[in-house]
Amino acid sequence: MLQQFSYDLAHLIGATVLMAGFGMLYQRRLFAVLNTFAFQALALAAAAAWQAHVQNAPHLYATAAIALIFKAIAVPIALHWLVERLGIHRTVETALSIGWTMIVGVALVALAIMLVLPVTAKAAALTRESLSIAMSVVLLGMLMMITRRNAVTQVVGFMALENGLILAAVSAKGMPLVVEISIAFSVLVAMTVFGIFFFRIRERFDSLDLHFLETYRGDRQ
Amino acid sequence: MTAVVWQIVQIVLVLATAPLVTGWVRWVKARLNGRRGAPPWQPYRDFYRLLQKEAVVAHSASWIFRAAPYITFASVWLAACIVPTFTTNIFLAPAADLIALVALLAIGRFWTALAGMDVGTAFGGLGASREMMIASLAEPAMLMVTFSLSLVAGTTQPAQIVVFVLGGNVGIEVSLGLALAAMLMVAIAENGRIPIDNPATHLELTMVHEAMVLEYSGRHLAMIEAAQMVRLTLFMALIACLFAPWGMAMPGAGLPGILVGMAAFAAKLFILATALAWFETVIAKMRVFRYSDFLGGALLLGLLATIFLYVSEAV
Repeated sequence: MLQQFSYDLAHLIGATVLMAGFGMLYQRRLFAVLNTFAFQALALAAAAAWQAHVQNAPHLYATAAIALIFKAIAVPIALHWLVERLGIHRTVETALSIGWTMIVGVALVALAIMLVLPVTAKAAALTRESLSIAMSVVLLGMLMMITRRNAVTQVVGFMALENGLILAAVSAKGMPLVVEISIAFSVLVAMTVFGIFFFRIRERFDSLDLHFLETYRGDRQ
Repeated sequence: MTAVVWQIVQIVLVLATAPLVTGWVRWVKARLNGRRGAPPWQPYRDFYRLLQKEAVVAHSASWIFRAAPYITFASVWLAACIVPTFTTNIFLAPAADLIALVALLAIGRFWTALAGMDVGTAFGGLGASREMMIASLAEPAMLMVTFSLSLVAGTTQPAQIVVFVLGGNVGIEVSLGLALAAMLMVAIAENGRIPIDNPATHLELTMVHEAMVLEYSGRHLAMIEAAQMVRLTLFMALIACLFAPWGMAMPGAGLPGILVGMAAFAAKLFILATALAWFETVIAKMRVFRYSDFLGGALLLGLLATIFLYVSEAV
């Protein structure tokens, strides 16, 4: 009974992370996207902490703390600052309409489930569910990167994708902490690089709309 | 026999509490906006006043215009009778299920839209067309929620779902969480609450429900408003019954059980109404062209709920 409850709660938190992924796809304003991302990271931290409690694995608390401090607080604040500095907080942008993005998102969730089900045919039903949720979060992050034109939202999509990877890692038993720390720091380094990159793009093109970069691709003419 | 008694009690109870619920929502909203607000029992006075007044009908109005308020009210009231509120032991419970409920609500909406177009004013037609657009988006979402719930519980009857959930047969399900989110979005749209429609507006460009019923007065207006209030209470009762049925009296429970059920129902209504008022205060109204995003989101949540059901059941 208690076992069942702990699995159920883990899945509910996982589903919250997934819903935040859909929330990001639904938002059009940059600040709303950033806030939803912070919420997703918060839910991820809760998922990691709950798994640490259930699996009796103290190192997962470290994962939760990393997710909370870096991804739910530091990165959103840094991105807020960046967006304000760049003066693009009023941008409303979607390459594909919201409705279509959501439909594609649901199709991706179905795809994730169809991928996970045959691979984990021998695993318990509960593992399947958490794996398919994590896989869906990864795919939604990719979708976010594909459908958005703005560089900031693309970075958020990248980090949402990475949230999905961590979600998969904490749901499966026994991922060593070294891996997680390296992932967390690489994200932080990536953040810094992206930050510099944003300023460079804007200096060069006066915009963060990646549409302008496309004329520099060789294959159009 | 007791089932008939409790059914009659419920029919009266729903009608009697509906104005209070709406009045409470208005009062809390006024308070949150920094106004004093009319007391929560103001809607009862409004009804008394409206029933005293003469009903003015436009020259161009046909019998549809006169019949619509009564048909709308009757269908919504009947729908409110089949949702268990304080006990599952009601006479009509086996007769109607969630799909019938959706159909009854659709009848009410259809007649309101007809009446809106009947007089031939521009606003009526505009409101009717918008209402039908919202309905065509909200109804599939509501049916999707119904399907995922009935897949969990194995039945589409609200009373049976309550028995199933209270029996401890279901834990915290991801699907139920998704279905609840979808249901809340549908309820907001169906009742014309703020992100979709503003119940207090008289600004021509934004009104939907108000535009359709603009021509009504006197007892007709009282009927229309009563239907609107009963519909709000009905949706609150439905959400409470499907997703939080705790405290509801089972068949065979005596008078103490019924009283507990009524107290629990009052508490649930209080929480939902207060939450609605708070939500309406903090959120801004949506553009008409974004309705499809919002309600499409509800439909997709319902779809996801069904998809996850198949994963967790491991079919």
